[in-house]
Amino acid sequence: MILAVARNRLMSLTHDRAAFVLAFVLPVAFFTIFAAIFGRSSERTATRRIPVAVVDEDGSENSRRFVAALRAEKGLRVLLAPGEDRKAPGQPYSRQDAEAAVRGGDISVALVIPRGFGERPISFEPGIERPRLTILADSSDPIAPQVLAGLVQKVAMTAMPDALARSGMEALDRFGGGLTPEQRSKMEENLGWLRRHSQTPSSGSTAAGPAASGLIDVETRDLMGETKSNPTVAFLAAGLGVMFLLFSAAGAGGALIEEVESGTLDRILSTRVSMSKLLLGKLLYLAGIAAVQLTVMFLWGSLVFGLELRKHLAGFTVMTVATALACSTYGLLLASICRTRMQLVAVANLTILTMSALGGSMFPRYLMPEGMQKAGLVTINAWAIDGFQKVFWREEPLWRLWPQVAALLGVTVLLLALARRIARRWEIA
Amino acid sequence: MSDRALPLEVRNLSKSFGGRLALDGVSLTLSPGEILGLLGPNGAGKTTLVRSVAGRVMPDEGSLQILGLDPADDAARAVRGWVPQETALYSLLSPRENLWTFGRYQGLAGEALEAGIAKSLEWIGLADRANEKTERLSGGMKRRLNIAAGTIHSPRVLLLDEPTVGVDPQSRERIYAMIGELQSQGVSLLYTTHYMEEAERLCDRIAIIDHGKIIALGTKEELVRRTLGSRQALTIDAVSPIPPPLKEKLARLGAAVDDLKVQVSVEDAATQIRQLLDLFHEERVSVRDLTLKSATLEQVFLQLTGRELRE
Repeated sequence: MILAVARNRLMSLTHDRAAFVLAFVLPVAFFTIFAAIFGRSSERTATRRIPVAVVDEDGSENSRRFVAALRAEKGLRVLLAPGEDRKAPGQPYSRQDAEAAVRGGDISVALVIPRGFGERPISFEPGIERPRLTILADSSDPIAPQVLAGLVQKVAMTAMPDALARSGMEALDRFGGGLTPEQRSKMEENLGWLRRHSQTPSSGSTAAGPAASGLIDVETRDLMGETKSNPTVAFLAAGLGVMFLLFSAAGAGGALIEEVESGTLDRILSTRVSMSKLLLGKLLYLAGIAAVQLTVMFLWGSLVFGLELRKHLAGFTVMTVATALACSTYGLLLASICRTRMQLVAVANLTILTMSALGGSMFPRYLMPEGMQKAGLVTINAWAIDGFQKVFWREEPLWRLWPQVAALLGVTVLLLALARRIARRWEIA
Repeated sequence: MSDRALPLEVRNLSKSFGGRLALDGVSLTLSPGEILGLLGPNGAGKTTLVRSVAGRVMPDEGSLQILGLDPADDAARAVRGWVPQETALYSLLSPRENLWTFGRYQGLAGEALEAGIAKSLEWIGLADRANEKTERLSGGMKRRLNIAAGTIHSPRVLLLDEPTVGVDPQSRERIYAMIGELQSQGVSLLYTTHYMEEAERLCDRIAIIDHGKIIALGTKEELVRRTLGSRQALTIDAVSPIPPPLKEKLARLGAAVDDLKVQVSVEDAATQIRQLLDLFHEERVSVRDLTLKSATLEQVFLQLTGRELRE
């Protein structure tokens, strides 16, 4: 009897071929996608290049050597001007430009090399301050400033050991009772050797030299998180919210399949309701529910986790409407593609979990290799999360949401047109 | 919409699905206030024809007009009602909510909608259960609600696709009464059914459809006369098994004979009954029962299609 029950289910599954195939394709597809993202974590660390805006206020030979050495670092992508890695670079970054770029989310970290750095990169003398390098950071990416800070120390040692050694020797000369001519001559000889054997941009190799840390005075300024009460909540609410909305819309969109099965769809289409009106009506319902779901989530975040909802109400409303529309049309599209509930569940699981992983709902996109970050832009999740980040994290004016809103509304129109096209199969026999 | 246009006019309608011909040059008309029964075995093309009239199937050839309108026109949708074979309702909604939904979908609003809902609930006898979930209603109640959902907008042409399938005799009677009321209001009905007695009782004219073709169309009397003439069906039940010599004699008279029963179609009942009884007497076989019936629609159907209706 038990076997009969099991066999009955198996028979149902084999009759729904698409669901049958998906049942086996699904785990393999998941495995492939997640292995591509997580499975090569060591490789990822090596291949993820953090874009850094560098402002060289010093412009000395030493600072240029320092920048060149930073450029040679595999972990960094040094940009001296906006769009430098593209065809039309702009003016070199000023401190203000770099700060604006970080605040605007164009780049998550910048380094400012102040005047006098090349002259006196380190100082052992009381009362004489070392020039302080400044890292301007967006702490929504907490990794980038740490990596940069470490590499700055490393590069200083490897790229300009002679300058560091000179500073040290000069301090010794001044406070150690003076060097003999013979010692001074030897020192110059050694400094020359250090200069010749310091790391060159082209070699990319690490020169022999004393390992040290913290010799360079580096200050990290968190431009974004200084005033935030709970900086990660907005990211979590947006990331999880979008994923939840997609699942929710796919489930609710399944009502269309139930209407096909129950015969009500057929009946409706014989009334004065056309397929276009029907789909728009469904979209209105799905988007309305989705907007309420997001609102409830953010309200909860505001009440319990200190999310500043009231302060960002306009941006929140715009992003919520755009996100709800995009997620809802996705649910409609799935419902129009799938022929059974079983197929819908399989396709929804596969695509939504994949989009959520790629689009940054499960973990931040800045942790991914660059290619994967770009691929993430095909997902609704990425655009929605970026938009909510702009509202709650960067506190940008409303008009700066246009790329995200345009992308989400574009997706809405495209998916709705696709769903309408596919729904023709129900329209008339 | 012309006042003189027929409620339904179908001309040479053909439709095939993947090479299988579902409708093959069907032509028929429906007069104002008439109930036209559509009889046919499963797969004969009844549902395809009804769905074509409902605007849910696009014919390959031929024409179809509802009160002179194309079935896809908005005006045609407004004057047409369709009660599909399955109870196509929202089971989690109440009867009132279902009626609201289909009333709105048919363009009713405001007071007209409220009045339509109240009238429909009264008409189908569900006013006291208007707010229960539809899934909790009996099969007969759901069938009645199914009819109300297709008629809430007071259509002038109504398509009823087997509206009494699976309902108990009491509910069936109630549905017959509802159909009678619709007809008295001047609604023209295209009525498909599997039940011969339903067709005989309700329909003014009957179209028999088989293999996608209308093979007979007319009143019951016309169909019987045309198909079977004025012949009557005679059945004789014997007390004891009929011996082979008598079987042979009866067979020569065109009778179907088995061990205890003889069935024969007779033109001149008085003369032929006497002849048959004489044969029984000669062979010393006693007769238990003898019945003479006028030809039925069932026999017409059998004669025309070679099949029972419920095959």
